[in-house]
Amino acid sequence: MTPAGLVVGQEVARATLHVDRARLVRYAHASGDQNPIHQDESAALAVGLPGVIAHGMWTMGAAVQVVVDWVGDPGLVVGYGTRFTRPVPVPADGEATPLVVATVGALDADEGTARIDLDVTLDGSRVLGKAQVVVHLP
Amino acid sequence: MPVDPSFVGRVYPPDEPYAVMREQIAAFAEAVGATHPAHTDPQAARALGHADVVAPPTWAVVVAQRSEAAYVDDPAAGIDFSRVVHAEERFAYTRPIVAGDRLVTTLHVDSVVERAGLAMVTTRVEVADDAGAPVATVTSTLAVRP
Repeated sequence: MTPAGLVVGQEVARATLHVDRARLVRYAHASGDQNPIHQDESAALAVGLPGVIAHGMWTMGAAVQVVVDWVGDPGLVVGYGTRFTRPVPVPADGEATPLVVATVGALDADEGTARIDLDVTLDGSRVLGKAQVVVHLP
Repeated sequence: MPVDPSFVGRVYPPDEPYAVMREQIAAFAEAVGATHPAHTDPQAARALGHADVVAPPTWAVVVAQRSEAAYVDDPAAGIDFSRVVHAEERFAYTRPIVAGDRLVTTLHVDSVVERAGLAMVTTRVEVADDAGAPVATVTSTLAVRP
């Protein structure tokens, strides 16, 4: 990668995420977030959701991977923030497949950093808002 | 019971240090689809200059949510989890978290504000190593329906 060649607005990576309910159970165990709305249909319906939804933190964690792979070292990610704008429903059978597109949002030559903006959508609707990753350029 | 704004400004002191394990990082990485070898292979991590395998960028939520529990699980705080949605999350890293770290967390209740009929509750967890050197800051906002 040649940081000097980056320009604001440039797409640097895109990927389709894959999430099924078994993955949500593994995330629940790995993260410690055992909120039943991410595992149990009846618990999700009871709080007015259409069914089991992915942990917002799962979506956030999965969406940043295209940036890690692009920059080549997870230790170069120095900041990451997002709003959770829409839930990601995960069907009982099959999977949900959000799309992630990463573009250069800003460059800071003095700090040697780039802000990478993530556009994360499911069926054309944005599920993360203002998802921004700050990376140290190698 | 509504969210009690008098909790704003409270600081919850650190609990016992949390020992970061390779296996735990690997399980988290697998769950979020983080396939970079630096998450699972100590040699690959060392080749990049890290002391051991590196946690994925959102891994700090593991220690942050444990820390936040002292506040959000307190019935007096008025946060009913059947009425909560996660609104916002932010990580700022002073340095990467690696296996072998012993992390301590300090929880701050930064704000409780009303927005569009929701109580927006913002907490901040300062993550440090067991010598007190800063590692990361995790800021989280919950939206609580009345």
